Amino acid sequence: MLFRLSLSNIRRSLRDYAIYFFTLIIGVSVFYVFNAIGTQAAMLRMSESQYQIIRLLESLLSGMSVFVAGVLALLIVYASRFLMKRRNREFALYMTLGMSKAKISAILLLETLIIGIGSLGVGLVLGIGLSQLSSALVANLFEADMSAYRFSVSGEAIGKTILYFAVMYLIVMLFNSVVVTKMKLITLMQSGKKSEQIKLKNPVLCIVIFLIAAAILGYAYYQIGYNPNAIDSPALFMVYTGMAFVGTFLVFWSVSGMMLRILKAAKGIYHRGLNCFTFRQISSKVNTMVFSMTIICMMMLITICTLSSAFSIRNSLNRNLKTYCAADCELSLLQVSIDENGEETYVAADLSEVPGLDLTGIIGDSVQLSTYFDPGLTMETALGIYAAEAKELYPMLFYDNQEEIIRVSDYNALSRLYGREELTVESDEYILLCDYPNQRALFDTALASGSTERTIFGRTLHARYDKCQDGFVDLCAQAINMGIFVVADDVVDADSAYLTRLIGNYTGETAEEKEAQEKELLARIEQAQNDLNAAHPDEYYLGAETKIQLYESAVGLGAVVTFLGLYIGIVFLIACGAILALKELSESVDSIGRYEMLRKIGAEESAINGSLFVQTGIFFLLPLLLGALHSVFGMKFATYILNEMGTERVGASILSTVLMILVIYGGYFLVTYLCGKGIIKGRS
Amino acid sequence: MELLNIQQIEKYYGSKSSLTKAIDDLSFTVEEGEFVAIMGASGSGKTTLLNCISTIDRVTAGHIFLEGTDITTLKGKALNKFRREKLGFIFQDFNLLDTLTAYENISLALSIQKKPAKEIAAAVKQVSDQLGITDVLEKYPYQMSGGQKQRVASARAIVTDPRLVLADEPTGALDSKSAKMLLERFRYLNQECGATIMMVTHDSFTASYAGRVLFIKDGKIFHELTRGDDSRKQFFDRIIDVVTLLGGDVSDAL
Repeated sequence: MLFRLSLSNIRRSLRDYAIYFFTLIIGVSVFYVFNAIGTQAAMLRMSESQYQIIRLLESLLSGMSVFVAGVLALLIVYASRFLMKRRNREFALYMTLGMSKAKISAILLLETLIIGIGSLGVGLVLGIGLSQLSSALVANLFEADMSAYRFSVSGEAIGKTILYFAVMYLIVMLFNSVVVTKMKLITLMQSGKKSEQIKLKNPVLCIVIFLIAAAILGYAYYQIGYNPNAIDSPALFMVYTGMAFVGTFLVFWSVSGMMLRILKAAKGIYHRGLNCFTFRQISSKVNTMVFSMTIICMMMLITICTLSSAFSIRNSLNRNLKTYCAADCELSLLQVSIDENGEETYVAADLSEVPGLDLTGIIGDSVQLSTYFDPGLTMETALGIYAAEAKELYPMLFYDNQEEIIRVSDYNALSRLYGREELTVESDEYILLCDYPNQRALFDTALASGSTERTIFGRTLHARYDKCQDGFVDLCAQAINMGIFVVADDVVDADSAYLTRLIGNYTGETAEEKEAQEKELLARIEQAQNDLNAAHPDEYYLGAETKIQLYESAVGLGAVVTFLGLYIGIVFLIACGAILALKELSESVDSIGRYEMLRKIGAEESAINGSLFVQTGIFFLLPLLLGALHSVFGMKFATYILNEMGTERVGASILSTVLMILVIYGGYFLVTYLCGKGIIKGRS
Repeated sequence: MELLNIQQIEKYYGSKSSLTKAIDDLSFTVEEGEFVAIMGASGSGKTTLLNCISTIDRVTAGHIFLEGTDITTLKGKALNKFRREKLGFIFQDFNLLDTLTAYENISLALSIQKKPAKEIAAAVKQVSDQLGITDVLEKYPYQMSGGQKQRVASARAIVTDPRLVLADEPTGALDSKSAKMLLERFRYLNQECGATIMMVTHDSFTASYAGRVLFIKDGKIFHELTRGDDSRKQFFDRIIDVVTLLGGDVSDAL
């Protein structure tokens, strides 16, 4: 009997709250898809380092899943509490018929159980289907071979999904039971006869609060968007985020109070068609949803920033590689000798003379060069008279670090290899190369602040250009050159060589040949290092950096941020959409009588639907708009933080983000509108 | 002049095996400027009749003409337009929109007809004077008494200047004092403003305010009374006599 009651209850609410069950199913399937990525990727042909990145991605995603489960649990508890409230009259009926609270609890328990099993079952099936698609995404991001791929199911991910969601549903059951034990028959019975009380807020107070909110938001915007240097601790960042939260809450609070008055003042608009009804409906919805709207708005902020940053990092990584990784490999050799004082000094070394390291047949075109250290040229002296001010402004930088120096002929030889422009420098000049954005800004300020004369190897040189020039020596995945001085060949003291590098291209033509050569090269280097260690302990340090390695780690990093961004983004968008949809649909159910009334006094069906469309639209748009405004400043901050990764062309990433929002959030809007239309449709 | 002409309408519910005749071959006419009450017990078909006239429900057979137009053939937009422009509704449970003020509830009927804001203000002012609700215009339904709500609902019904006002148990949810006040207003609207009113009720006191009373039983017209030159009290006594004759659960009505 109880079972039949539960089943029919579910069937009834399925009609009006399909979107809630839909959300549960999506939640389950998203959870499965992201936890199954490891298993899916195992099907792809990948290199060892890519597998390691997949391992890393797996563990990051599983950590993130705990957080995601928390978000989903909150959403489910919110939704079930919300749906419970709507059933007060039904519970009252059960109680007047003499049903015990334990029985009512049992009904709810059964309902949650049925919904839980149903959503898990459907969600997992959907998830398994979707995860085959996600494999294509993994393959695309890692540029991996999919030919060995076949349909796969991750038992581990299924187990994990069931466990997490079982816990969530268990919480909901506990929660429902507590609510049931606290129910009082009289309040349940009266809850149906609510007469809507329209409390108008004091307009003066609203304006004052709005101004305060604007001031708080303005301050937080300024600090986060235009003064990111000053945010030196996560705590301070949290304070500003907290301010944004409070500001958002106050904005919604005051706007919901003022909106109607402002609209009412425009009589021509207010008394046109169903407008006065529409505006009233929106106003009362926003009024009762101030806190939820705030949460949704902040989630939108996080979603937009996370997704845009993730896409932007990935785009930049791939593009930067082409620019900054212009040769196949770079070998480096550091030869250390201990002087009489027991201090380490560096010795000029020659890579072609390392015993046991034969590069013939592997490396074709190549350039060997050294960089040099002048003990007198540290970051502090390189900044000249600006150093004192810089130390004050940015105390956490390393001012004692030695600056590298390179001979112009070496640099030009390298430039020919890289296919970059060559430089000329007179014997009383130097050129400062730097492309790491923050460091570059620092050097540019130093060069612009009067004196550009620097003493290098005892000679006074002045800057050829009053700005840093683009350029780099080492192979790298992005712009991370922190500063290299290019000087005329005769300036350099040949004995002060620091690190010797050999940068070159493989002789192989195809990717397979190059890969084989790289394997061989790395093996030879390891062998040579071992031989050197045996013969001269702690004296020689061989290193190698290759384009393939850089490429794989960059692609891997790009994939990791993309997946994390997508995971958070999708879950947050679903949560936002579901909260708004539930509220909107329950409002529609409550308003059936009102629409019926409008119909009786002759309102066109199209006007009624139009009113619902505007209501739903504005309801969904409000938090999105404020969230988007927040994101403008949030993205400024994100761009600052992610400078290192390279965040040019943020616009394209934002476009991708907008598309995601349009699909998920817009989808929720559309489904909500269509369901709402079905609900308010005349029952006759 | 004849405003409403109902010709042999029938309304059946249910399937062939269990047929309920809510209205069974019913015909009558209403003249312009009349105040007609329709009386009958619960289940006599009086609300179904009203729903058919108001185009909320469709007849199974027969025709209803309003000013010569057969409204049983109207569909979709034409139906909404007809309802919007020719009819005014008053319901037992007021059916005011609880989120709107009295003013907005009344003006909504006009703004649906796409009347300009200025015209709306003047019309609302006039009708609220007639019904004595000027001082509650800025109040919400939950701040008003039942009588005030029903007068606001009446204002909404007549503000569009409809050809026919349909009232379904307008005094059903009111105390006797408010009911009396509302009916006085109906009489005023009928006699001074020339509104044609058709009212469904099972209450003899309410019906006694009308100029003519039609009694319905089992979907058929059972009897008809015209007030003529009688006082309201005399008319009321005559109605009571018929109600007693009708028997059933109306006999215990006032």
